[in-house]
Amino acid sequence: MPKFEYAPAPESRSIVSLRESYGLFINGEFGPGVDGHAFKTISPATEEVLAEVTEAGPADVDRAVTAARKAYEHTWSAMPGRERAKYLFRIARIIQERARELAVLESLDNGKPIRESRDVDIPLVAAHFFYHAGWADKLEYAGYGPAPRALGVAGQVIPWNFPLLMLAWKIAPALACGNTVVLKPAETTPLTALAFAEICQQADLPPGVVNIVTGAGETGRALVEHPGIDKVAFTGSTEVGKQIARACAPTRKKVTLELGGKAANVVFEDAPVDQAVEGIVNGIFFNQGHVCCAGSRLLVQESVYSDVLASLRRRLATLRLGDPLDKNTDVGAINSAAQLAKIRELSEIGEAEGAQRWSPPCELPVKGFWFPPTIFTGVSQAHRIAREEIFGPVLSVLTFRTPAEAVEKANNTPYGLSAGVWTEKGSLILWMASRLRAGVVWANTFNKFDPTSPFGGYKESGYGREGGRHGLEAYLDV
Amino acid sequence: MSAPTQAIGELRGFLHGLPGVDRVGAEARAATLASRSIKTTAKQWALEAAISMIDLTTLEGQDTPGKVRALCAKAKRPDPADPTAPMVAAVCVYPDLAHVAAAELKGSGVHVASVATSFPSGRTSLEVKLADVKYAVSAGADEVDMVIDRGAFLAGDYQLVFDEIAAVKQACGTAHLKVILETGELVTLDNVRRASWLAMLAGADFIKTSTGKVTPAATLPVTLVMLEAVRDFRESHGRQVGVKPAGGIRTAKDAIRYLVLVNETTGEDWLDPRWFRLGASSLLNDLLMQRTKMMTGRYSGPDYFTLD
Amino acid sequence: MSDTAVPSRIAVRKTYKLYIGGAFPRSESGRSYVVTDQKDRFLANAALASRKDARDAVTAARKAFGGWSAATAYNRGQVLYRVAELLEGRRVQFVSEVRAAEGLGARQGEAVVDAAIDRWVWYAGWADKLAQVRGSANPVAGPYFNFSLPEPTGVVAVIAPQASSLLGFVSVVAPAVVSGNTVVAVASERCPLPAVSLSEVLATSDVPGGVINVLTGRTEEIAPWLASHMDVNAIDLSGATRPAADDLAVAAAENLKRVVKPGDEDWTLAPGLDRMLTYLETKTVWHPASN
Repeated sequence: MPKFEYAPAPESRSIVSLRESYGLFINGEFGPGVDGHAFKTISPATEEVLAEVTEAGPADVDRAVTAARKAYEHTWSAMPGRERAKYLFRIARIIQERARELAVLESLDNGKPIRESRDVDIPLVAAHFFYHAGWADKLEYAGYGPAPRALGVAGQVIPWNFPLLMLAWKIAPALACGNTVVLKPAETTPLTALAFAEICQQADLPPGVVNIVTGAGETGRALVEHPGIDKVAFTGSTEVGKQIARACAPTRKKVTLELGGKAANVVFEDAPVDQAVEGIVNGIFFNQGHVCCAGSRLLVQESVYSDVLASLRRRLATLRLGDPLDKNTDVGAINSAAQLAKIRELSEIGEAEGAQRWSPPCELPVKGFWFPPTIFTGVSQAHRIAREEIFGPVLSVLTFRTPAEAVEKANNTPYGLSAGVWTEKGSLILWMASRLRAGVVWANTFNKFDPTSPFGGYKESGYGREGGRHGLEAYLDV
Repeated sequence: MSAPTQAIGELRGFLHGLPGVDRVGAEARAATLASRSIKTTAKQWALEAAISMIDLTTLEGQDTPGKVRALCAKAKRPDPADPTAPMVAAVCVYPDLAHVAAAELKGSGVHVASVATSFPSGRTSLEVKLADVKYAVSAGADEVDMVIDRGAFLAGDYQLVFDEIAAVKQACGTAHLKVILETGELVTLDNVRRASWLAMLAGADFIKTSTGKVTPAATLPVTLVMLEAVRDFRESHGRQVGVKPAGGIRTAKDAIRYLVLVNETTGEDWLDPRWFRLGASSLLNDLLMQRTKMMTGRYSGPDYFTLD
Repeated sequence: MSDTAVPSRIAVRKTYKLYIGGAFPRSESGRSYVVTDQKDRFLANAALASRKDARDAVTAARKAFGGWSAATAYNRGQVLYRVAELLEGRRVQFVSEVRAAEGLGARQGEAVVDAAIDRWVWYAGWADKLAQVRGSANPVAGPYFNFSLPEPTGVVAVIAPQASSLLGFVSVVAPAVVSGNTVVAVASERCPLPAVSLSEVLATSDVPGGVINVLTGRTEEIAPWLASHMDVNAIDLSGATRPAADDLAVAAAENLKRVVKPGDEDWTLAPGLDRMLTYLETKTVWHPASN
């Protein structure tokens, strides 16, 4: 029995009032789907059913796109930027007001620790709306010409790993630039998107500017392939991203894709060790590793390999896995049974290919979907666990001798979303940054996001950037 | 244990070869640990532990024997209404009042800590500093809190700082030596790491953040770096050294954050008054009030606790 | 005096004081002056600021500069947006004060106040965008990273427009503070009251004391002390008229203040970047990139 055992510190669920069932949010109102198909969303930590959600069919998607088009043509595109801005400021404020409720809802539906949804996700969501609100009336200064115009109607499909944050990354810039949107949240995490729809109502956002259609792969396909949209924005797996690219290739639709990654986190011998260990842990275990830009490959300089690994193992022993609503939880639930199966499968392959597997002692709850933080050592570039995105709390450790070798190994992947560099030497940081083929380079830090900072990948991690001045391009006719 | 001597260049090379500290990362780690939610049974344990780790302190020019006696009485019986409240770890005073504390605390189990070496500035000759130490020890101090020469440290004269600590350690005899780094004057976390290692190599039993006379005094990031240092030192040199943050720790909430820091950095081997102390004065009443609230369910007020 | 009938309820009239360092002191000189409306009817006694009040305001602004310029741009944007929220809440009050000060009709008064609030919102949204619009990474011919960043210049003295008592005031004060500068503003001599009411809004917002300081009084008396003050980094001469403005500009040259010259500005038009850029320095940093 540890001396200082942290007692349960649960965040109260009562702040959230869940409806039994949710309709689709089209043209400013919640309403039933045409076909009456529905599905359930569960808590991945307990497997309890949270609510029933409508599955939008092609006719529903069509209604939503029509509403978005009407709102674009009759209301939103004519509205001066200054007035659009004030709607977005209102939305940002309401998000701040309802911050705790949204954080609890996110943790319930997604499985991520409340500390993360409360301290990272939700504040960033508000910040994205705040930042983009300020662009709505300043587009002539964004570097796209004196009077850049919107594209029209955007169809947006987002993943389950940062549900409300991904919604903010899509909707805030789209609206700021004068577009209207139809957004499909992931099928395992629809609830915060539906709460966002309520927020749009509270902000008196004109009907049809934002439409939320819930559903799974088929709904997403119907939306992406709908001839009435001008722009497709997708965040998700590389596999589906390629399908979308193929489908949109013969069309006039503008497409941006934010896909998978297999980021290298490079630790040099002169790294600030304690902070580097935090960076490694943060890089792969933050959000249970369900992060496209996760530092899933640790590239550690051979001369400090044993010290770093020893520190890392010691640090992992203090990670707390459990109830996402407990304020002291560091590692939450895996989002779905399907994802858990995939993580297990790849981990078994890792062992089969000869890597050594290690996890700190970890008690897994009986119900729900759980996977302990895991490290694989003795990994080489050829191993599948070094090449394929696992999207779970699994770190593959490789070594290198020189900076040039580190760069080579880091870049030796079809992906190119992010990378980490740990060293106290400034010139080395900048040299590595200039050579890493990745859209985001974190030096002496990791998994840092900001609405002003453009995010997006090279190569098969996608194209287009989200955030910052660069991110506006995706939603302007330039 | 006699401290090993280090050749001048070697000492500098060693200290400058220690891994650097990225301040932004260190502060972020400290902030995340500060967000731990310690409730119910955990909070009860932490409050009692924190009380038992306090070095109850008075270091004012206007201190009198009467003041010290009152403080000692409080140290032995912190909560006038509840004898089950634990005693504090030590009383910390100036050397010329150490004999008063020693007489009051005799046989109680509460230690007598005395500052020495021309506390707080340390700006005098080594002779005077050692005389100060001997004076404190002969008056009955079983713990000595010395200050390092910050001027020498910042000027890069690590050997001088080292030699002084070693000499003070010898003058302490059997008394435990706490070495005050005065982290507020060292400013950078790299300096804090180097000074921590320097003090430990020279024989410190405890490393302590501050005199309490300079702002900033103890902070979570500074204490984090010191905890990492003692952890690594035990790993490489096989000797356990204690840590004492002092100054600026006012509320029970602060104190509990420090305990979380210890728990998750060095581990529970350090969660004991033998290896971790809190240098504070007004903190004690806040801990007692929180403890009372946990027991009675009612928020308490200052009228129910003593002003010493 | 207007009507001679005694009202059944007597209004509690407001005292209009200076706003320095987050507090509302009277002038250290103890003086005040009569403020009237466009029909010369008594409105209030406003504080008549002295050179010592101006000096104290500069001290307060300098003290506040460290914290305000070190705040994140996001934080500054949020703080300034909140000011707009509070202004909107007091819309009716401001409409009545501006109408009284400038002799405007109801619709004109509302248009001016709405424009002032919207202008404040426009500036609030610039805080976290200036670095992107004004900064750059520079492709120097060598193995170096080179980037340019805008930074606030310091304490900005503002002689606010004489005629446009709220919209003009907002248009000269907001562009300075959005990027982290702190301000000592001299309100319109003839129509100071809306600016003083704005300082009440600032005092109840999250704007730290000293970031914006407001003096009321005789422009001719106060402006030269600010123009010649060696701890003021920039000065906006909008509210000064020639030939006084030229003398002020000459005095400002003593420590090379960045100067905005008075012009014939139509405050209803969309502002450009000029004022914000005037109060920004550009810092360029080099660092080698090598392994």
